[in-house]
Amino acid sequence: MSDDPEYTYEIEGERGVLTLKGDWNVHTLGRVEQALASLDLGGVSSLETDLTNIGQLDTAGAFLIDRTASQSGLESSQTKGASQQATSLLEQARSLRPPPEQHGSRSEPHGFVDLLERTGRTVMNLANETIDTLAFLGETIVSMLKMFVRPTRMRWTAFVSVMEESGLDAVPIVAFLSFFVGMVIAFIGATTLEAFGATIFTVELVGIAVLREFGVVLTAVILAGRTNSAFTAQIGAMRMRQEVDAMTTLGLDPMDVLVVPRAYAMLIMTPVLTLVAVLFGIGGGAFVSWLALEINPTVFFGRLRDFVPIENFWVGMSKAPVFGMIVALIGCRQGLLVGGSVQSLGQSTTRSVVQALFSIIVVDALFAVFYMELGI
Amino acid sequence: MSERVAIRVRGLKTAYGSHVVHENLDLDVCEGEIMGIIGPSGCGKSVLLRAIVGLKTPAAGEVEVFGEDVTGVEGDELSRVQQFWGIMFQDGALFSNLTVRENVIAPLKEHANLSRPFMRQLADMKIRMSGLETSAGDKYPSDLSGGMRKRAALARAMALDPPILFLDEPTAGLDPITAAGFDKLVRDLQRSLHLTVFLVTHDVDTLAATCDRIAVLGDRKVLAVGTMDELRKEEHPWIRDYFGGPRGRAAAAGVE
Repeated sequence: MSDDPEYTYEIEGERGVLTLKGDWNVHTLGRVEQALASLDLGGVSSLETDLTNIGQLDTAGAFLIDRTASQSGLESSQTKGASQQATSLLEQARSLRPPPEQHGSRSEPHGFVDLLERTGRTVMNLANETIDTLAFLGETIVSMLKMFVRPTRMRWTAFVSVMEESGLDAVPIVAFLSFFVGMVIAFIGATTLEAFGATIFTVELVGIAVLREFGVVLTAVILAGRTNSAFTAQIGAMRMRQEVDAMTTLGLDPMDVLVVPRAYAMLIMTPVLTLVAVLFGIGGGAFVSWLALEINPTVFFGRLRDFVPIENFWVGMSKAPVFGMIVALIGCRQGLLVGGSVQSLGQSTTRSVVQALFSIIVVDALFAVFYMELGI
Repeated sequence: MSERVAIRVRGLKTAYGSHVVHENLDLDVCEGEIMGIIGPSGCGKSVLLRAIVGLKTPAAGEVEVFGEDVTGVEGDELSRVQQFWGIMFQDGALFSNLTVRENVIAPLKEHANLSRPFMRQLADMKIRMSGLETSAGDKYPSDLSGGMRKRAALARAMALDPPILFLDEPTAGLDPITAAGFDKLVRDLQRSLHLTVFLVTHDVDTLAATCDRIAVLGDRKVLAVGTMDELRKEEHPWIRDYFGGPRGRAAAAGVE
């Protein structure tokens, strides 16, 4: 539907003549642009552009024609046979020439020094993030205590709604996954222990593993993926639409309205979810033991009661509120850090989930060392 | 001004569920004119725009652009007719993860086969054309003021040199001086590029400063079309209030 743009260049004495044909618009220009950029205009003192036979011309075409004329650096350049519209387009292009100085290409540094610099920055970022997160933890605890002293200021609706969304609604997935993990532990444990003729120890294995570690860590991981990202996205979207700013100007403290109800809700719901996870995890273990190992539930639970100390349960449960706080804090903090763009929301959500998972595992390791030293 | 019709809307009906926005709506926009669309809030000005550009499928009726039926076209055909127009959305709708220059380059990259440096240069030229400094090209939309964001959005809408420009509330939320600058920009660009402009607005000053003709929407259809002087003689109460109110009179006085 459109003709290819073409040009011919001739030298008539002192003068260069550029004759254009065909359509010069944004869709066709790709075919001549580079050739025209490398056109050698040496040895002439003026350039004449002949537009008599040109087809369509748009701003992109006019820009290219004007660029050719301006790049040549010749003092005088004229056009010939241009229609009224073409003249006005060319005039516009001339008036919009780039300011002369901006032609430096910024090269990005690469190599060893850059690597060192980036490493340094990352380490410092990590340190700053840690300090800021701890500062936020302190701020939240202060707000939570204030709220505890004056419970009338608590946003009960938000609190209950978060408890439902992040707690109650998570029960099915927590129960399901714990059940399967319990099954897997029992199965793998049984096959290994069978070699020693000690299949019955599967009960202790499942009991200790689920009570002490898997129940609570699995819950925390699910919450980090499910609730933590939701917190960041909710608060981040509110930041993006300046709702948080509006809140502040209305005398509502975002800490009180957004962070504290979430923190309290998680503080309460994470132990509850952990209990669910523990029950279903043990259930999964008992199920496999019964079906595959012929340890019937009565024997299973009897042995569980007699040989797995109750301390294991309390060790697991004691970690739950801490993990709940980690999830709530990191989720809220990253949400409040969201800037104006969609991209920053995405970045914050990613960072939020990564930080939450990382913190959960690290804190769990610290707990393990702590309880080991205590001899529990 | 040629009398060729650029956009022809016939018997358009649009509805959201049971809520009918337009019914039996007819409208002609001639080539090379600036057509202003006004009407009370919620009368479906933006919906009409969306229906024409295919963002909202009409329940009935047809929309022709340069004699081609554009309702319900798909695939390659759609991307071809989409090159008839550029759209500037109300809040700019710039891609917030791209710089202004990358925003302008985005349509070029997709539809035109140009070398990278040339695309950059061309984008910079469009940015200057919309009245921004070249240095604004490196900024992100969130770093720009409202007026600059609108100009950047205009630069992106014009990236492919479309013959028709749709502007949705171009001066909403701008201070009067910035708005007047934007009006002048639209007018100048329309003249130099011979554009057809479809302009949805609330702003009486913008209407007075830029539009050749004005269409008034209301009661699910076009109530009246004409120049500002013609519309001022209309009997319809809303139109009378609109142009006869203090703002309407001030805008008219400002032009004369």
